[in-house]
Amino acid sequence: MLSKVAERIYWSARYLERVESTARLLSIYDKLMFDLPRRVNLGWYNLIVINSLEEDFNNRYSVRDERNVVKFLLGDDNNPCSVVNSLRAIRENIRTTRDVIPGEAWEMVNELSLFVQESLAHGVNRSVRHEFLESIVKTCQQIVGLLSVNMTRDEAWEMLQLGQNVERADMTTRNLDAGIAAIQQVQDDDYAVNARQIIWGNVLRSLNADQPYRRAMRSSIKGDTVVDFLMGNEQFPRSLTFCANEIAERSKRLPKSEQVVERALAIRSEVSRLLEADEFGASFRDDLNDLQVSLAEVHGLIQTTWFLSDK
Amino acid sequence: MSIEWKDYAPGEFYDELISSPGCAREPAEQLIEYLQTLSDEDINSRKIAAESTIKEMGVSFTVYTEGGNIDRAWPFDILPRVISKTQWDKTAAGLKQRLKALNMFIDDLYHEQKVLKDGIVPEFVLKQSVNYRKECEGVSPRFGVWAHVCGTDLVRDKDGQFYVLEDNLRVPSGVSYMLENRSIMKRVIPEVFEKVNIAPVGDYPENLFDTLAALSPRDVEKPVVVVLTPGIFNSAYFEHAFLAQRMGAELVEGSDLVVLEDNCVYMKTIAGLERVDVIYRRIDDMFLDPEVFHPESVLGVRGLMRAWRAGNVALANAPGAGVADDKVVYAFVPDIIRYYLDEEPLIPNVETFLCYDDKQREYVLANLDKLVVKPANESGGYGMLVGPHSTKKDRETFAELIKANPRNYIAQPTLALSTAPTIVGKNKVEPRHLDLRPFVLQSRDSYVTTGGLTRVAMKKGSLVVNSSQGGGSKDTWIVDTGTGIE
Repeated sequence: MLSKVAERIYWSARYLERVESTARLLSIYDKLMFDLPRRVNLGWYNLIVINSLEEDFNNRYSVRDERNVVKFLLGDDNNPCSVVNSLRAIRENIRTTRDVIPGEAWEMVNELSLFVQESLAHGVNRSVRHEFLESIVKTCQQIVGLLSVNMTRDEAWEMLQLGQNVERADMTTRNLDAGIAAIQQVQDDDYAVNARQIIWGNVLRSLNADQPYRRAMRSSIKGDTVVDFLMGNEQFPRSLTFCANEIAERSKRLPKSEQVVERALAIRSEVSRLLEADEFGASFRDDLNDLQVSLAEVHGLIQTTWFLSDK
Repeated sequence: MSIEWKDYAPGEFYDELISSPGCAREPAEQLIEYLQTLSDEDINSRKIAAESTIKEMGVSFTVYTEGGNIDRAWPFDILPRVISKTQWDKTAAGLKQRLKALNMFIDDLYHEQKVLKDGIVPEFVLKQSVNYRKECEGVSPRFGVWAHVCGTDLVRDKDGQFYVLEDNLRVPSGVSYMLENRSIMKRVIPEVFEKVNIAPVGDYPENLFDTLAALSPRDVEKPVVVVLTPGIFNSAYFEHAFLAQRMGAELVEGSDLVVLEDNCVYMKTIAGLERVDVIYRRIDDMFLDPEVFHPESVLGVRGLMRAWRAGNVALANAPGAGVADDKVVYAFVPDIIRYYLDEEPLIPNVETFLCYDDKQREYVLANLDKLVVKPANESGGYGMLVGPHSTKKDRETFAELIKANPRNYIAQPTLALSTAPTIVGKNKVEPRHLDLRPFVLQSRDSYVTTGGLTRVAMKKGSLVVNSSQGGGSKDTWIVDTGTGIE
């Protein structure tokens, strides 16, 4: 398979995952805000922090309110990761790899891209936002489903899986970090237990993990167990361990994969080591940061190994 | 209310569907009958359905403007153009004949040049041709074929006869739109396909692949065939991707390929370099290889010409094939057919005046208001003078151009291009002029598309059908009226 095609497919998968998770994050965030005690001061701006977009956002807006955050994450031209820009990137990438992606996927991506651009206002408007975001999430899932049912299990497929898992691992670390940051704002009073539960519940929902969590952990929502699940669970497709395993396994089926496999497995060991800690407090945020750096390294290795084959 | 065919008046022109007010031509009878059952509202809703289908399928083409490149939805009219199978079969034979002779002509030009020595085509035609490539002399592509893919523009005059207007032997485009037009029609008016015996068009990609694979210099079971595109900003990018996908070939850009010391072409894959056998190139000669042509070209591949001359890779169309789609050469094609094949041309040329000839030039200059003047080497309908639609100033400009460089201009009578019913505005059906571009393939075997791409000038009275200049298109039906399945 052409290096350039591999690269485009890898990015399509990453962006597709990003669109879905951004839409989900936005669609459940207002519920979190309604549930939290008034005294917990967790603003919409937190969503900007989760995605490390502070600089881009502040260049554009001075008011950190709901409207601006939603606009920025959905349709802002200055935000490279906005839903509209991500969809544009997917569309261009798929358009240039139409020879290896099923034709229907192109049609769906094209339709979704048109739909979002045309109905962007629905996302900003609170009363119809939920429906709008739901349909983005659904269509993303349909596209992923369509690919998984139809695509030949060749290198293109492995590239798609690599992109998806690198993006997922990154998203999971970000959501965990955001969770811990929010918990730190909770004051130790009568409402604390309840507030913590709401925050961790929201982290789980952001990753579509609440139901799997309950089944796997058979526990109420508690910080330690949530961290344990989202990092160490072997079966849940968005857990760090699962993603690292997938990256290693998919890479093994591709040529010249030794370095990528080694690095992915190192992340896995790192996760196991971190989970031995007694509690996940402020210093854990540094550990998560280190994990993100490691993931960036895996991404870099994927690039040098397969996308720059002539160098 | 449905379409009122009695009010439909093509006037002096040959209409593809209607022979006289209210009367359908035989191959179009069932279509017209069916259209009669549709109300205005039905037709409008089908039209809207077609438009959204085009958008969803992402059928687009790129228009270059000063404000940047715009990806436009493909303009399409839902009323098809219908041709009888009997007539089409004859036309197809004529197209094969023409391409066969043109390929013998090109091969001759790059070898012995007998055609010049025997005085069939004057020597200067070659000397001044901008598409003749010295670099190709002495090269012998497989089967002696240089132009493997040809898009021939046909028009019908008042008499209903097909004429060849132009041979496009460099990188003709449009075939993907022909295929997409058919799939749009099947979605929009499926009922007709059950009733009318319409010949399918879908086998083009397979035939293109076979045509290309037969050119492989290596005797391997599965030759590596790639489509070389200038990239996403090219107006025909949609088609490049479409064809690569339908053929199961890799779609590559120049930067994906490399020529090594062994004069072989390789593509950069995730496993390293892989040898390429056949390149269906959709970039112009001059950008193919910076080593030989434009040194600053970034679209091509350094060393590609070396590899081709060494016989290590096949290029389709071969570099230099464009020498035969020069509009001056065009005037000689009937003679070229007689010379190489010893046959009479099955499809006539449009009458053509060559401005290099003193007498003919005199006639042209005296009749600019009646003629269409074309530069020898332009395509896309650019740089033309359409006499009857021109201003005095236009004609003066062209008279100067012709006098300054007579060799570069030809002139043809303004044809009374045939028309077909076309939906204009809301529910109104009016005649619009059209042409037809069938695609002809040749390598070990030859093949002609079933029908082709019908392009239609959407503006009233206009003869310009190019999509870059406001043209639209129609599905083209080859209908068997003889022993149709009942």
